[in-house]
Amino acid sequence: MFLKRQLPLLITLICGIVWGVQYFIPHPASDAVYSFYTDWALVIGLFAAILGFISIIRLHSMKIKYHAKNWQFSVVTLAAMPVMIVAALLTGTESGGAFMWLYNYVEVPIEATMFSLLAFYIASAAYRAFRARSAQATALLVAAAIVMLGRVPVGAQISFWTHLFPGTSIPQVASWILNVPNMAAKRAINLGVGLGMMMVSLKIILGIERTYLGGQD
Amino acid sequence: MKFWEKLLSIDRRIIYLVIAITVILPLFVPTGWPINVTYEVKNIYDYVENLGPDGVVLLSADYDASTLAELQPMFDTSLRHCFSRDVKVMVMSLYPQGVGLAEMSLKRIAKEYNKVNGVDYCFLGYRPGASIIIMGMGSNIRIPFPSDYYGTPLKDIPMMKGINNFSDIDLVISFSGTGIVASWLYYAHEPYNQDIAWGVTAVMASDYYPFLQSHQIVGLIGGMKGAAEYETLISKPGLATSGMDAQSWAHIMIIIFIIIGNIGYLAMRKK
Repeated sequence: MFLKRQLPLLITLICGIVWGVQYFIPHPASDAVYSFYTDWALVIGLFAAILGFISIIRLHSMKIKYHAKNWQFSVVTLAAMPVMIVAALLTGTESGGAFMWLYNYVEVPIEATMFSLLAFYIASAAYRAFRARSAQATALLVAAAIVMLGRVPVGAQISFWTHLFPGTSIPQVASWILNVPNMAAKRAINLGVGLGMMMVSLKIILGIERTYLGGQD
Repeated sequence: MKFWEKLLSIDRRIIYLVIAITVILPLFVPTGWPINVTYEVKNIYDYVENLGPDGVVLLSADYDASTLAELQPMFDTSLRHCFSRDVKVMVMSLYPQGVGLAEMSLKRIAKEYNKVNGVDYCFLGYRPGASIIIMGMGSNIRIPFPSDYYGTPLKDIPMMKGINNFSDIDLVISFSGTGIVASWLYYAHEPYNQDIAWGVTAVMASDYYPFLQSHQIVGLIGGMKGAAEYETLISKPGLATSGMDAQSWAHIMIIIFIIIGNIGYLAMRKK
């Protein structure tokens, strides 16, 4: 119990206080502590990568074993891992080798294609869901249309009224939307998120929040 | 089916087809609309423009192929700008997939400007653990990066002489389609006052305007439009500039579809 609960809580408490205080002390001794910590964190991070590797093998092995939904993709994932590892070990990770060839001509086109499909889905979703159902929805709709036009060259081209009303071209209005109402809302959200993060951090350091340890606590 | 109902139920395959034509056609028949430059991109341009041969810029390619279309042109343009000003460039990645994309660009563009690895630029490669790597670089770059991507110890790289931590780097530009850019703010700008700028996807850009206004970041390149602005500023039109026409028409078509949908919706609601 001590190793599973009390010790991790103690380590979290001590480290949380030390690094929290360290941040506000501009002194060589404090910097040395910080440097010592970053060395340790790098090593711990590498162990986390190994754990991730083991975890992905276990997850996909189980999917194949129990023929879970789309288990065939797990076979591809598990097969791709040794292929990439062997390619990197044999030919290195520099351009010109098998590893980079696989990366450039398999992974890059797959990822780029997946993301490119978004344009089509967004167009279809916008047509179906973007409705002026209320005053708020209409405001959102108008603002979105202005920003969409203002963020591409055509926005300036169709702003034919600017000689009558200077400073009201679509890009200028879009810029105002981004820099004033958008920024005010984002700042409020960021402050809320920041305060929330501080509270959660304090709860973790003081041992009130223990879900990161796993189990029922 | 009545006319108004038809407006509300356009087959999605028609929408896909129209968008495909709208995106492909301008690539063959460009309209060449002028690109207006925004202050957030101009700030980055001015910063690099004012650096001399002693200047050092760190470009962090923290993206993968999924955001390649938007982020690669801005990475390339930043690299071209730095090389054209004889600014020393360090390139790294906090994203495993970013390292391959960065290396390809770096080799190609370095050749364009006759720049030599180790003398004019240094490719540090990828290290896992974004925040820890940035924190480590603040103390000493040689802690997370004892050697460059090709295995040469940093102490043996001429360009890296005198570059030990953030105090020796003028500007860091992180290109990413994820929140990883914020790590540069938390662990490089705040504790070390490192000047930073971001190149992000268009959909993310609106999230980061507060940091621009508070001068926590020097500038912000948002999406393909931002990249096209940078290309315009250095007078080197590239992929982003050629993609602007397609993006303009795609945006127009999406707005037309939204208007059609709303006309149908309002007409049906009245009935």
